[in-house]
Amino acid sequence: MNQTVLQIRDLSVSYATEQGPLRALRQVSFEVPQGKIIGIVGESGCGKSTLIASIIRLLAPNARIDSGSIVFRGKDLLGLSTDEMRALRGNEISIVFQDPMSSLNPVLTIGRQMADVQHRSRSGRGEKNARSLMMLERVGIPDPAGQLRRYPHHLSGGMRQRVAIAMALMSEPALLIADEPTTALDATLEVQIIQRLKELQRDFGCSILFISHHLGVIAELCDEVIVMYAGEVCESGPMREVFLTPRHPYTQRLLECDPARIRQRTRQLPVIEGSLPSLVELPRGCIFRERCGQSFERCSIERPRLAGDVHKSACHLSDIAS
Amino acid sequence: MSRQPGSVAQTFARLRQDPLGITGLVIVVVILLATVFARLLAPHDPLEVDVYNRLAGPSWQHWLGTDQLGRDVLSRVLLGGQVALKVALVAISVSMAAGLALGMMAGFGPKWLDRVLVICFDTLRSFPTIMFALAIVALIGPSLNTVIGVIIITSIPVYARVVRTQTLALRERDFILAERAMGASTARILRHHVLPNIAAPLFILASMDVPAVIGMEAGLSFLGLGVSPPTPSWGSILNDGYSYLRNSPWPIIAGGLPLILVTLGFTFFGESLRDILDPKLRGKDR
Amino acid sequence: MLQFVTRRSLLALLILLLAVTLLFGMIHMMPGDPASVILGPKASPELRAELNRKMGLDQPLPAQLVRFYTDLARGDLGVDVFANRPVTDIVLEQLPYTLVLVLAAIGGATLLGIPLGCFSAIRRNSLLDRITAVLSVAFIAVPSFVVALYLLLWLAVKWRWFPAMGAGASGDLADQAWHLALPAIALGLGWVGYIARLVRASMLEVMEENHIRTARAFGLPERTIIVHYALRIAILPTVTILGMGIGTMLSGALFTEIVFSRPGIGKLLHEAVITRNYPVVMGSVVVTTAFFVLCTLISDIVNAALDPRVRESRGAS
Repeated sequence: MNQTVLQIRDLSVSYATEQGPLRALRQVSFEVPQGKIIGIVGESGCGKSTLIASIIRLLAPNARIDSGSIVFRGKDLLGLSTDEMRALRGNEISIVFQDPMSSLNPVLTIGRQMADVQHRSRSGRGEKNARSLMMLERVGIPDPAGQLRRYPHHLSGGMRQRVAIAMALMSEPALLIADEPTTALDATLEVQIIQRLKELQRDFGCSILFISHHLGVIAELCDEVIVMYAGEVCESGPMREVFLTPRHPYTQRLLECDPARIRQRTRQLPVIEGSLPSLVELPRGCIFRERCGQSFERCSIERPRLAGDVHKSACHLSDIAS
Repeated sequence: MSRQPGSVAQTFARLRQDPLGITGLVIVVVILLATVFARLLAPHDPLEVDVYNRLAGPSWQHWLGTDQLGRDVLSRVLLGGQVALKVALVAISVSMAAGLALGMMAGFGPKWLDRVLVICFDTLRSFPTIMFALAIVALIGPSLNTVIGVIIITSIPVYARVVRTQTLALRERDFILAERAMGASTARILRHHVLPNIAAPLFILASMDVPAVIGMEAGLSFLGLGVSPPTPSWGSILNDGYSYLRNSPWPIIAGGLPLILVTLGFTFFGESLRDILDPKLRGKDR
Repeated sequence: MLQFVTRRSLLALLILLLAVTLLFGMIHMMPGDPASVILGPKASPELRAELNRKMGLDQPLPAQLVRFYTDLARGDLGVDVFANRPVTDIVLEQLPYTLVLVLAAIGGATLLGIPLGCFSAIRRNSLLDRITAVLSVAFIAVPSFVVALYLLLWLAVKWRWFPAMGAGASGDLADQAWHLALPAIALGLGWVGYIARLVRASMLEVMEENHIRTARAFGLPERTIIVHYALRIAILPTVTILGMGIGTMLSGALFTEIVFSRPGIGKLLHEAVITRNYPVVMGSVVVTTAFFVLCTLISDIVNAALDPRVRESRGAS
């Protein structure tokens, strides 16, 4: 049965600030099918962190979920109590964070942290350690027994991230959220980790929500991709389609700017002119209008809605095309 | 941590929003005024003896009662403030100046000098302060100047350390390197860049140090090792009161009151100032 | 770890040596010959000559210094010429009282301060937090001997809840504890607030850090996070401060002992200063300084044991 693991519908989240509510997410909708790897692409400020925080409900105190729903395996997450939510974390939903330097507790050994993560299991210390060892081997860490005794700062960035992945997969979650796990690592490490992730996903069969701004990695890893800009989903669909035939101008520009695409020697890296709009005082109409270059009258009046069959995009141009 | 001139006005504006800080400032100002004008404000001559009226409780004549020689406690308290003020001013300014010089030398000078100085500082700070003071007093003999001297000796390492830390941190900053690359002399760098950055933490340290310094003078005077009788000092008033504790509690109450007020005032004010200027600064070094 | 301990210990030893040398130098920097300094101006020439011979004061300075060090190494702090007893014995008799007082004060302050700071951090800006904040500042600042005097005045003399002097009948632990209570409170009150503030500030910082977010993301129970993950890191600055604070405590203990007429090194030192009993003065200062240096050393080592990051860095600065 092909169940949807995560279903987000019209999610809107805002932060209370001195200047007024900052609308970080506006009617974000997408689905994560079972056993698939979904990528979220977007530059800084597109709302990725807020999205993750909303899913696991670890938002900042000044954040508010204005509307929408988050359904995980048939359960409405927004309706769960704090304890029920906590029961899911590190259990059915796991996260790998971006910065391996600071995500692990510096004064506890790796072994201790990996055992703590298994806090729901009733097994003894020995069994938990055995499990940790096994996971460390699965993620490809040499000398796992030795690593358990070490502290995080003894390990390199790449190793730490592998440990983080091991910890996340320990409970065999239904959904693994990876928040830019390779951004802080160098390119060769990135490739290795991505490969490993792919293997692990095949073995464990979990769904992965993979956030990154690195297009190449997304292309390598993900089945489907969601493109976000300034708190909205502008395009989503199967990875090949979106990357080969992008419909939204933002996606098009993003792909153009990918350094991997540069064919000729040049001194100028292509950029998208302009900068992110204020999320406190939202412009009328399409959020991308100012930087689009292909906008027309309708764009400044009406906000485009996400439309399409499997390959969706939120753009008036697509409406015209179809 | 801003160091533009306009920020003084900003500092005061923000200070006004902190009730504790304002309270502290008000207390400090009131005490300062009362101390400076002590002789004018004192209702009686603090040295005037009136044995028939000794150890009396508060009355209209003597608001805080009299001590064992019939002297008016209030007048003595007011005058005692002048001792405290003198000690604080002299000790802190000298310690700060010396600490500044030594700290900058340690921070900016050659590595060996830094090592030597740090060892000197650590050695001085390895003595429990009062014990050290007592040892020195035992050798030189008790007097107010000895007390001031001891306070200075034990304070210099504290200031020097703070200055040194700041100087070391600044030494590596890019804009200092840039200045050196352009041939700026050490003196110029110290004066134009290091000094303004140090001013704020030093000032905060000094204002937090005042209660400690005054407390130390009071403590040593309480032990009979500070001012010589009949000069009043808050500590010596407490000492007298202690001997006659069971006869009248008033000298002790009265002697302790200004100490409490001064320490509260300066501490509230200093804390407020610190929160405004540099929230990362911490430390209780005495 | 062993390397760290060795390095730190050697440094401590060096500092102690320098401090003690300074003390030695102080006697000899005084005008007049050391015998007059030690015995006081009223000593007769014969007494002085005798002391000179006995203490080797007629030897050249370097020889004296060496003798001083070797004596110290053997634990010989000289002789109290008034009581005609070795200073070491006198000091060691009084030391336990002071140690008990300081430990009681610190112990109490820590037991109260850490939970107080923890709660203040978790329930930020609550009434408890604000009251603690103001009171701690108040008690930290006021000199401890003033607090001691006031406590003596109200609780001991006026209301007679506690005894006003002495250490209690020997052998009777309850009585001794009762005598210990007020001095320990006077000494430790400021520290409760200080520790609470320190822990609060540390906790607030640590709780913001990424690894706490990770722990939450794995659904660890809040209590585990607070106590085992956050507090464990937040306590570290407290440990260092406590070690250094012992020095302040020793000074405060001196006053407390005098105010409450308790036996101890403080009282010993005070009397020795008044009677110009230099051997005892020096001996007491040497012992207290050594104790202080030892405490700082131990707290640094404990700090390194708890926080592996400290071990790796270039030792104490």
